[in-house]
Amino acid sequence: MTHSIWVYLLVMSAVTLAIRILPLTLIRRQIKSRFIRSFLFYVPYITLAVMTFPDIIHATQTPTSGFLALVVGALMAWFGASLFKVSAFCCVVVFVTERFLIG
Amino acid sequence: MTSLNKSGLLASHGEVLREGVRDGMPIALGYFVVAFTLGIAARNAGLSPLQGFLASFFNNASAGEYAAFTVIAADRPYLEMVLITIVANARYLLMSCVLSQRFAPDASIWHRIFVGFDVTDEIFGISAARPAPLDPYYNYGAMLVALPGWSVGTAVGIAAGNALPAAAVSALSVALYGMFLAIIIPPARVNRVIGAFVALAFLASFAASTLPVLSDLSGGTRTIILTVVLAGIAAVKFPRDD
Repeated sequence: MTHSIWVYLLVMSAVTLAIRILPLTLIRRQIKSRFIRSFLFYVPYITLAVMTFPDIIHATQTPTSGFLALVVGALMAWFGASLFKVSAFCCVVVFVTERFLIG
Repeated sequence: MTSLNKSGLLASHGEVLREGVRDGMPIALGYFVVAFTLGIAARNAGLSPLQGFLASFFNNASAGEYAAFTVIAADRPYLEMVLITIVANARYLLMSCVLSQRFAPDASIWHRIFVGFDVTDEIFGISAARPAPLDPYYNYGAMLVALPGWSVGTAVGIAAGNALPAAAVSALSVALYGMFLAIIIPPARVNRVIGAFVALAFLASFAASTLPVLSDLSGGTRTIILTVVLAGIAAVKFPRDD
């Protein structure tokens, strides 16, 4: 570990707060650039998708349980389950699956 | 004088503050559980409970913090922390822009700063759903419960994650991904372009984790590259008119 955790925390907090606060305090009009508006619109979905797969199958003790959690979570979200329910059921799926797979 | 101000504040804003607390309660409970698992990632990155509490109090961002913890765990340069925090939190820029349009033009700079402090997917969601102009006290009410839920949850996750059996850690470690799914899948169902690009992002991310050159990069760098490329293509091919 050559970097300081405290400096990491300072850097991430400063960047996050700037992102959240600067537009609110500086911009009082709509952003005009259609490209930037569109780009910012798509970023969250794409970046979360990239971070979810294949990481979810490496996070668990077996790839199978992680993959099943992905499928069940996606189906529940598709049919409108709340953030809390989707999140909780993904955990249950992994726990139950691994009981059978690992014992 | 102070007490006078305080009672005046409660008299004029107490009700909307309570509404914020009410709507923020389920968010806070969900945050606590997810933050607990985020704490496990933070612990793996070497953070103490206090450091986790501070990270979560000042960032309150699942994806952003998770990405940041992977940077810390891999001992990457500070510049990479800047880049990945920007990429993972870019959506808050857009939400902050949206909220800036909701404020009354004469709203004070302090209200703008404090509302901006906690622009999350969920708090943005509930506050944007209310009629304009935005009443900052509604956001404060939600923040009053959501922020402790998130930051205390992270600290408890770091402290107690150690004591949990492997099966429980394995199960809880997908809670965060479940939350990501709950954020991206419903819009993917409604909007075909989002749906297509979410599927494309899954495929590209999987491919990038196995391809020779790309798989040598850190997960955070891959996330930045894939996000910028795919969102850039989406913005050029399917620009938004609204």
